[in-house]
Amino acid sequence: MTEQDRPKHVADENAVEDRENQAPAEDAAATTALDTAGGAMQPSAVPVSAQSGTVPGGPETLVRRIFTGSGMVSVLAVLLALILGGLLIASTDKQVGTTAGYLFARPSDFFSAVWTAATRSYVALFQGSVFNTRGSSVAVQFAPLMETLTIATPLITAGLGVGLAFRAGLFNIGAQGQIIMAGILAAWVGFALHLPLGLHLLLALVAGIVGGAVWGGLVGLLKARTGAHEVILTIMFNYIALYFLRYLLNTPAFQRPGESNPISPILDPTAVYPQIFGTQYRLHLGFVLAIAATVFVWWLLNRSTVGFEFRAVGANPKAALTAGINVPRATVLVMAIAGALAGMSGVAQVAGTEKVLTDGVAATYGFDAITVALLGRSTPWGTFAAGLLFGAFRAGAVQMQIQTGTPIDIVLVVQSLIVLFIAAPPLVRALFGLNPRKKKAATAGMSKKAATTGGAA
Amino acid sequence: MKNSLRATLKRGSMAGVATAGTAALLLTGCGAAPEAGSTASATASDYTGCIVSDSGGFDDQSFNQSSYEGLKKTEKDLGIKVNQVESKTNNDFEPNLRAMVTAGCDLTITVGFLLGDATKVQATANPDKHFAIIDFGYETPVTNVKSIIYDTAQAAFMAGYLAAGTTKTGTVATFGGIKIPAVTIFMDGYADGVKYYNEKKGKDVKVLGWDKAKQDGSFTGDFEKQDKGKQLTQNFLDQGADIVMPVAGPVGKGAGAALKEAKAAGKDVKLIWVDSDGFLAAPDYKDIMLSSVMKQMGEAVETVVKEDKDGKFTNTPYIGTLANDGVQLAPFHELDSQVPAELKTELEQIKKDIVDGKLKVESAASPKA
Repeated sequence: MTEQDRPKHVADENAVEDRENQAPAEDAAATTALDTAGGAMQPSAVPVSAQSGTVPGGPETLVRRIFTGSGMVSVLAVLLALILGGLLIASTDKQVGTTAGYLFARPSDFFSAVWTAATRSYVALFQGSVFNTRGSSVAVQFAPLMETLTIATPLITAGLGVGLAFRAGLFNIGAQGQIIMAGILAAWVGFALHLPLGLHLLLALVAGIVGGAVWGGLVGLLKARTGAHEVILTIMFNYIALYFLRYLLNTPAFQRPGESNPISPILDPTAVYPQIFGTQYRLHLGFVLAIAATVFVWWLLNRSTVGFEFRAVGANPKAALTAGINVPRATVLVMAIAGALAGMSGVAQVAGTEKVLTDGVAATYGFDAITVALLGRSTPWGTFAAGLLFGAFRAGAVQMQIQTGTPIDIVLVVQSLIVLFIAAPPLVRALFGLNPRKKKAATAGMSKKAATTGGAA
Repeated sequence: MKNSLRATLKRGSMAGVATAGTAALLLTGCGAAPEAGSTASATASDYTGCIVSDSGGFDDQSFNQSSYEGLKKTEKDLGIKVNQVESKTNNDFEPNLRAMVTAGCDLTITVGFLLGDATKVQATANPDKHFAIIDFGYETPVTNVKSIIYDTAQAAFMAGYLAAGTTKTGTVATFGGIKIPAVTIFMDGYADGVKYYNEKKGKDVKVLGWDKAKQDGSFTGDFEKQDKGKQLTQNFLDQGADIVMPVAGPVGKGAGAALKEAKAAGKDVKLIWVDSDGFLAAPDYKDIMLSSVMKQMGEAVETVVKEDKDGKFTNTPYIGTLANDGVQLAPFHELDSQVPAELKTELEQIKKDIVDGKLKVESAASPKA
């Protein structure tokens, strides 16, 4: 048994190395390299990429495939979702409805109405998220972009947390709870303590990060010690955090003096992130920290031993264990770091934009973060870009709603469609005529891969 | 395909109407409007009234919706322009409010205490614009923000008296969505109404789900999960209650469902609705709807908009009371025959006493005038 298993472990570690490079032409080369484990063994009769689906806890689970699909699929998924979203906007447009009444008499009216409805909404979305052409001054024109970056801040850090845990093979959907716990601690430091400038913010930041790290680390600990599944744990921890927050907000210690509404006092000015480009924009220091966090996660994953261990555990925990990696330690550590990253989102919320603690402190960032990590294929810079995109959607949706009356929900629909398309790469490829099966040079492994994904999707 | 799509998107088509309306509105700003969004019956006015919801949205069957409908009504009645924007999360408050100010709103109405801070910030930054906020009063008044608040306890007191006077089992119940003053004020009034009945009649009608002294009781935890409302109501029924007043917006439907089942099983049970007349708002439960504790938010919004349009804006809070019909006990409709004439007279007397100030209804959550 060991005779047969050992080469596979070796091969899987090679797979980790290989994913790091992510060369476009990786497939053929990887197949050879894996088959021979870098020349250290006889080539197997079956290509490794075909075998890997059956390795227990192995790399090619459906979730993994969804999370690490190709970048092209991500881009096309966004495009498709936008097109479908446009059709949906058009279908609810009054003018479109009217012209549909005489579609056959004068079809051009109908199609131009559809076009106008969709483009008008998307133009508003763009003006609300990137550049407002109608602005009176440069400052006003770039205000939407600043807003996008502001909203992207918590999405990026929470997305990094989700993505990092995923690289270690953990499906962390507890960002919501981690944001809440971080928010509670950071806000409390912010309004209850009164410290000098600088120190106060630093302490709030540290408190938040620690709060998130503990909340995430607990999940890792329970998983490592008892084998409890992290999905169940994180869902439950989200509820615990939310109800704990609601309980706190009903205690006088977390309420404003003389009031009984569940809303905390406003944070001291000393505990609030400075606004980077002046007071007319909401963009705060948290965004700079989000960039720093992205760099940190990139370094952690690609340059550090710990990160290598995370990826090894994610690729195949059994192989990692055999290779002498302390899997329980890696599990706890990765969840703690993921929690700390989500914690930064919590701090960005209370010290950056909201400046108070309410039970809506986490908004839907914890769950949006999963989509962000998914769209960013769990890579640090991919997540960063995806966070910016979703920030733009969110910021633009407000303008879209005001300018064109398009319901803000349409943005949620577009976000959901993106997830749907990312989860079904063969569908996206087929729609754009990129299906590898059509290519003559397709290897056995590739067509097999496409077939299994298709079946699962 | 087109038709089936639209059939499933009834809400969407409403939004479509709004699209045309708002687009027309914005286009007039650029001087190129081909048509008006609605055929304004009154004289066209440049006045723009706007509204920003909290995360409940304008279809929350609660205060967002009532306020929105009130504003929509002024669009027709006063011939003003209306602009609205929904918030999905608390993060949207500030950008939404700022966008409203930029869009040239003369009066911006914000809904709920969560918007308190954001409204204050925008009001201070734009002293020439007017704001109104529903269900929230400031400790220190802001010069250009009018609070629209309700002494709901007054009407809830009548509902409590009514429930105590109609119960067959001697036990009535109430529960809330989230423990916030706007909710507990109903429960305080309700409990006091029952207490008043007990004192006057020497009875011992019990209230489940709320302890006024301890300010604690039963809550579902949100305004969404109807099954929790159903569960709670079933618990109350098991403990012998036969009248339930859910103060939880749409979750009240869960209570209605549980009561309907009980009625089908032969129990004589009744429901008291809140915010709007449940007989009209939740017609599924017509046959068990005893009455409703109404907060006339639409009317208040109309009044405030009209005042502001006529240049009579003040930041004195509007407080809805029994005296100004801002809060009311709804008619009994189909269950009218089950309310004894004597009880009706007593309720009229209670209303008169409260209006005259002879009877004081107090709640920790009452608006401070």
